[in-house]
Amino acid sequence: MSNRRQFLKSAAALGAAIPAGAAAQTKSDHDKQHAHNMRQAAAAQPRPYMFLSQDEVAFLDAAVSHLIPKDELGPGAKEAGVTYFIDQQLFGGYGSMARKYTQGPWPEGTPQQGYQSPLTPAAVYRAGIRDTNAYCQKTYGKTFGALARAQQDEVLKGLDGGKIELEQVRSPFFFNMLLANTIEGFFADPVYGGNRDKAGWKLVGFPGVAAVYTSFIEKHNVPYKAQPVSIADITGRLAKVDEYGHPIHVMLDDDQAGA
Amino acid sequence: MTTKLKPVDVVTVGVGLTGTILAKELADSGLKVVGLERGGWRDTHPDFDMPHAHDELRYARRHELMQDLSRETLTFRNAIGDTALPMRQMGSFLPGEGVGGAAVHWNGVTWRFLPWDFETRSRTLARYGAGQLAEDCTSQDWGVTYDELEPHFDRFEYLYGICGKAGNLKGQIQPGGNPFEGPRSRDYPNPPMKTSHVSAIYGKAARELGYHPFPAPSANMTRPYTNPYGVTLGACVYCGYCERFGCEMGAKASPQTTVLPVLMKNPNYELRTLANVIKVNLDFDRKRATGVTYVDSRGREFEQPADLVLLTSYVFNNVRLMLLSGIGKPYDPAANTGVVGRNYAYQTNGNVTAFFEDKVFNQFMGAGALSMMIDDIDGDNFDHTGLGFIGGGWIGAASSGARPIDFHPVPSGTPRWGSEWKKAVSRYYNRAFGITTHGACQSYRGNCFDLDPTYRDAYGLPLLRMTFDFRQNEYRMSDYMTKKAAEIAKAAGASRMNVNPRTGKYSIVPYQSTHNTGGAVMGADPKTSAVNKYLQSWDVPNVFVIGASAFPQNGGYNPTGTVGALTFHALEAIKTRYLKQPGPLA
Ligand SMILES: Cc1cc2nc3c(=O)[nH]c(=O)nc-3n(C[C@H](O)[C@H](O)[C@H](O)COP(=O)(O)OP(=O)(O)OC[C@H]3O[C@@H](n4cnc5c(N)ncnc54)[C@H](O)[C@@H]3O)c2cc1C
Repeated sequence: MSNRRQFLKSAAALGAAIPAGAAAQTKSDHDKQHAHNMRQAAAAQPRPYMFLSQDEVAFLDAAVSHLIPKDELGPGAKEAGVTYFIDQQLFGGYGSMARKYTQGPWPEGTPQQGYQSPLTPAAVYRAGIRDTNAYCQKTYGKTFGALARAQQDEVLKGLDGGKIELEQVRSPFFFNMLLANTIEGFFADPVYGGNRDKAGWKLVGFPGVAAVYTSFIEKHNVPYKAQPVSIADITGRLAKVDEYGHPIHVMLDDDQAGA
Repeated sequence: MTTKLKPVDVVTVGVGLTGTILAKELADSGLKVVGLERGGWRDTHPDFDMPHAHDELRYARRHELMQDLSRETLTFRNAIGDTALPMRQMGSFLPGEGVGGAAVHWNGVTWRFLPWDFETRSRTLARYGAGQLAEDCTSQDWGVTYDELEPHFDRFEYLYGICGKAGNLKGQIQPGGNPFEGPRSRDYPNPPMKTSHVSAIYGKAARELGYHPFPAPSANMTRPYTNPYGVTLGACVYCGYCERFGCEMGAKASPQTTVLPVLMKNPNYELRTLANVIKVNLDFDRKRATGVTYVDSRGREFEQPADLVLLTSYVFNNVRLMLLSGIGKPYDPAANTGVVGRNYAYQTNGNVTAFFEDKVFNQFMGAGALSMMIDDIDGDNFDHTGLGFIGGGWIGAASSGARPIDFHPVPSGTPRWGSEWKKAVSRYYNRAFGITTHGACQSYRGNCFDLDPTYRDAYGLPLLRMTFDFRQNEYRMSDYMTKKAAEIAKAAGASRMNVNPRTGKYSIVPYQSTHNTGGAVMGADPKTSAVNKYLQSWDVPNVFVIGASAFPQNGGYNPTGTVGALTFHALEAIKTRYLKQPGPLA
């Protein structure tokens, strides 16, 4: 395997992109070699989950693969690293309700009043996964991750519609949070650990971080097909930028482009 | 223990859009001005630099530039008699925090309200009679007319470099502009934005149906612009990250790009950040403010004496500080007496998503205010006889960016997840656009603010309580407008569409707009207004309450152009009359 191919493979596993122009970067060879070694070392290690237990990872890997499945259009949420994204979010400020109002009392309120749970999102996942696994165990004799796909689908629909009652959290509340975070993890910048290999962006043809479109915006009905650029592509100098730091896009051939 | 500081002439509570303009002008006239801002300092560089400033998760989803709700939020209920509960996370609206306020992360659609809007009640009665207004409707005239405000609209538009095309120059209708607007004394300072594919096909369809489309007035610069303060803004690059983000190009008009560069150099001005005002202090007979009390980031409490107190802390805290400090009589919805908290209103937004099979739109390109609009169904621009409602709003199609976490429309009937959903997302991401029906909202007896009896902020003070729901007038109007929007979508060639007029109870969960209005409304009668036509408190004349809190009800437009005009209107009265002879101006 050539160095370049190894590099591509490990960088892709990290969720970084390699614009077609990356070979022509201005950084010194030494720096490149160093960055390359670091990436390889990082890619060789399994991803360190910081919040989720192994059981919870198994649950989420299975659940998100239904919400956004892998299919002929490309990778799904699981392949895009959404479980890891959720782990990172729950471990960080989002999971602990940073910058949100957390004082009681906590009556359940009306749907119009929104989030009124005394639980943080991290605690909602913990309770929701445990309760759902308990339901699966009781109903099917197995935890969610071990069920057949059709059964998993049934359970998720039951949570979504509220037909399955959970003990500690309202099931649609847990499900909607999971769905929203899955969509976030699929489409957020890869710097957060999801959208690996920019799978979400490629699915829809989103070019990533802000770029200059002053001239293209008046080209009507002409698809704009660029290799998407992420934050790490810019900070890691894998993408060429203009004086303000906007990426200079590498355009895709038609057969490379997604949607 | 409270430390008493050296007196100053003027204090502004909040350093956002209104607070910076007032501070600049008053410091220039020689007064010592202190700006107190609960949030931190931030500027185009380094805070909005590429690539981090344009991160959808961090800014659009996690609201990094906005209010820290762990310290202070508000509570909400649909109706008096319900129990209000705290807004624990951001949803329906996104209040700002930090230097520049919400004007850092706004879109920049910058309107003038219609002449009709300022005289909603009297013109409705004159044209349609009392039967047209709901019995509990408390909408009223503003006590100021469009003609009085025209020079102040003009000043704000030239300060913020608004880009657009005049539709009415001194009474002469101009082709390509909004023919329904009030007469303007001169054209916008900058030409309108470029025409996106969506703008083009929406404009064409609307024109074919007999409407009068025009490019939205925009605070996203179409060319570098130097404003009357000598501050230069950059040109917009149509990057598609405006709303909820700072601008890396300095191309979106905001306090940072229009006022602060000169204000910060004025020795008469002092900015104090991380300074949360908790009270306006009044003298013994409550007729004069002596200054304000604030708490800094080390928990120290300070009293800042000032001759003039300007509340520029956005609608919510303008009203809350009045209630906490005892300025003006609190509104009692049962008796319909009192004024502070009265006439809270909002925006009645609906939308149509139009899907196409044979067109692509590249909607990830764009700018916050890049939009094609019609104004035919706004205000009283059309005959409301027999329609059962008053008011209306603009109907427009925007190209304001299409970040995929929030924008991935699918035709109704598509499952919410799974393979079919994924296929629809992939198919329509680049083949769909939204049409907004941006409706007005009248004021009603039961829609109001007061202090919450249960929930408190980080300082132990009661949160503001919002009681709000839409009424028949708003549902009918939204239905009417959204049907028109669907007709335009059809004429544009949409293969399918989702049509969503505003229905059901108001919910604080989905984002609708940060166009909250009222609570300290203006008017000619102190029985039905908290401030006079110069936004001066009737009760404590050295307190001015500046912002959309003064709107007696909301029009069909984004508020900020009119907020800017009211700011200059108040400023002129302060400079030319109040300072010469402090006391009531009306
Ligand atoms: C996402 C978004 C999009 C928008 N788009 C548009 C648009 O396209 N067109 C339009 O017309 N309008 C738009 N707006 C609204 C616009 O931003 C506001 O109308 C405008 O900023 C109001 O100016 P202001 O001075 O009243 O408040 P702000 O600019 O918000 O300033 C108020 C300041 O007061 C501070 N403050 C509050 N309480 C205290 C306290 N107790 N002590 C000290 N400081 C305090 C706040 O931290 C804040 O910095 C948008 C708003 C948002 C959030």
